[in-house]
Amino acid sequence: MIEEHDLDLLLNDLFELYGYDFTNYARASLKRRVQRLCSLDKFPSFAELRYRLRSDETYLKHFVEELTVNVTEMFRDPGFYRVLRQEVIDNLRAKPFIRIWHAGCSTGEEVYSMAILLKEANLLHKSLLYATDLNPTVLEKARKGFFSLSEMKLNSENYIASGGVQDFSSYYTAHYGQVKFDESLSEKMIFSTHNLVSDSSFNEFDLILCRNVLIYFDKSLQERVLRLFYDSLAQLGFLALGTRETLRFSGVEPKFKQFSQEKIWRKVT
Amino acid sequence: MEKSNVSHSCKAVIIGGSAGSIEVLLKILPALPEPLTYTLIIVLHRKHTAESALADLLTSKSRLVIHEVEDKEPLLPGNIYLAPADYHLLIEHSLVFSLDASEKVNYSRPSLDVSFESAADVFGPSLVGILLSGANADGTLGLKAIKRAGGLIIAQKPETARVAYMPQQAIQEAGVDYVLDIFELARLLNLLNNQGD
Ligand SMILES: C[S@@+](CC[C@H](N)C(=O)[O-])C[C@H]1O[C@@H](n2cnc3c(N)ncnc32)[C@H](O)[C@@H]1O
Repeated sequence: MIEEHDLDLLLNDLFELYGYDFTNYARASLKRRVQRLCSLDKFPSFAELRYRLRSDETYLKHFVEELTVNVTEMFRDPGFYRVLRQEVIDNLRAKPFIRIWHAGCSTGEEVYSMAILLKEANLLHKSLLYATDLNPTVLEKARKGFFSLSEMKLNSENYIASGGVQDFSSYYTAHYGQVKFDESLSEKMIFSTHNLVSDSSFNEFDLILCRNVLIYFDKSLQERVLRLFYDSLAQLGFLALGTRETLRFSGVEPKFKQFSQEKIWRKVT
Repeated sequence: MEKSNVSHSCKAVIIGGSAGSIEVLLKILPALPEPLTYTLIIVLHRKHTAESALADLLTSKSRLVIHEVEDKEPLLPGNIYLAPADYHLLIEHSLVFSLDASEKVNYSRPSLDVSFESAADVFGPSLVGILLSGANADGTLGLKAIKRAGGLIIAQKPETARVAYMPQQAIQEAGVDYVLDIFELARLLNLLNNQGD
């Protein structure tokens, strides 16, 4: 069992030596992640984990990647994508140009899902999808656009449940257990590292998706990030969060109006 | 099981269950005292698709509203909270819930062990942990953590459980303080209420 005090020391090391600031991540979850890594990587004691982190930068990279949770899938929560498809996208149609930000995009499944929706709505040609994450390794994977063939069954089921009527496999070509999505989908994507803890706004968007990222932050960091989203949204722009994430406990709530029970809000002031 | 033993300073009760546990909850929730002086947290293994229908079903059997937890929701005494499907439910020292969609634990998300351990960390001796019917070994390690932190731990009497394995496991491995049938569980939840006496 890792003590609070030990965790503080470790977080302090990560910040002082490498500039990674996890101090405002949700403590209970972070502690579990550290404990999990300590036993997965077979450290006999917490002190040894700390020593390794202080002395081995390659291990640090692995540690940071494993500390954050990267699991994702295409059309995750199909009901959410159904609302995007049927209600949100129509609201964007009249714009000369559509800018979307996927904050915490992980390996890119969410971004490809969005590109498919936009393509089917005949809007992809005038859209740009900015996809950012803290972790360069997942971004590299997203940029390449290769996914495992074994995941396509679930992705395709999600796609259909979200209201998709095309043949899902027409969007990719399969090679030896891997699939590569059509270049026409990735043409409109821009991948870049961006740390929600420390980086600032970099554009104005019509829609921001930040799903299953805020749950790993404590309330003060959530507040910072939600401000950042507010500042980065156009008037009446949309903000989409994960299925159990909410603005209900945040100071920015009055500046937004809930658009759908599927955790979508609009900036109103 | 006398009132003096159990009501000392109960701030939170956490109930975990799997197969066969909803029918138990449907019996004990209607018998809850009102107002409730502690926070009641319910963590169940359940099908992803059943969704918030479960919260509605449990609410219909209780006079109290059951909140299906959203991230960073504050824990208030008197309220009943249900872990949402497909997230681990954790508790922060600042007395808000955190959700976590990381790997399954014991093939489960939410995992009872994860929530029990996190609740033990925050509530220490003021916590009561109850494990109901189920076919999984989840929950036993969590009960141990509650006990280590000074809390009280209880298993449903295996003979009264539709699936005896889970409470049986806890009885063998965790050294539970009480083994109770459904009627006694309901009585315990009443005894734990501090009616200002
Ligand atoms: C669970 S994934 C979410 C993926 C996708 N949005 C979804 O809902 O399926 C969480 C992502 O947030 C990223 N993340 C964590 N902390 C971050 C930070 N401070 N700044 C930017 N991204 C962060 C992680 O690297 C991870 O890829």
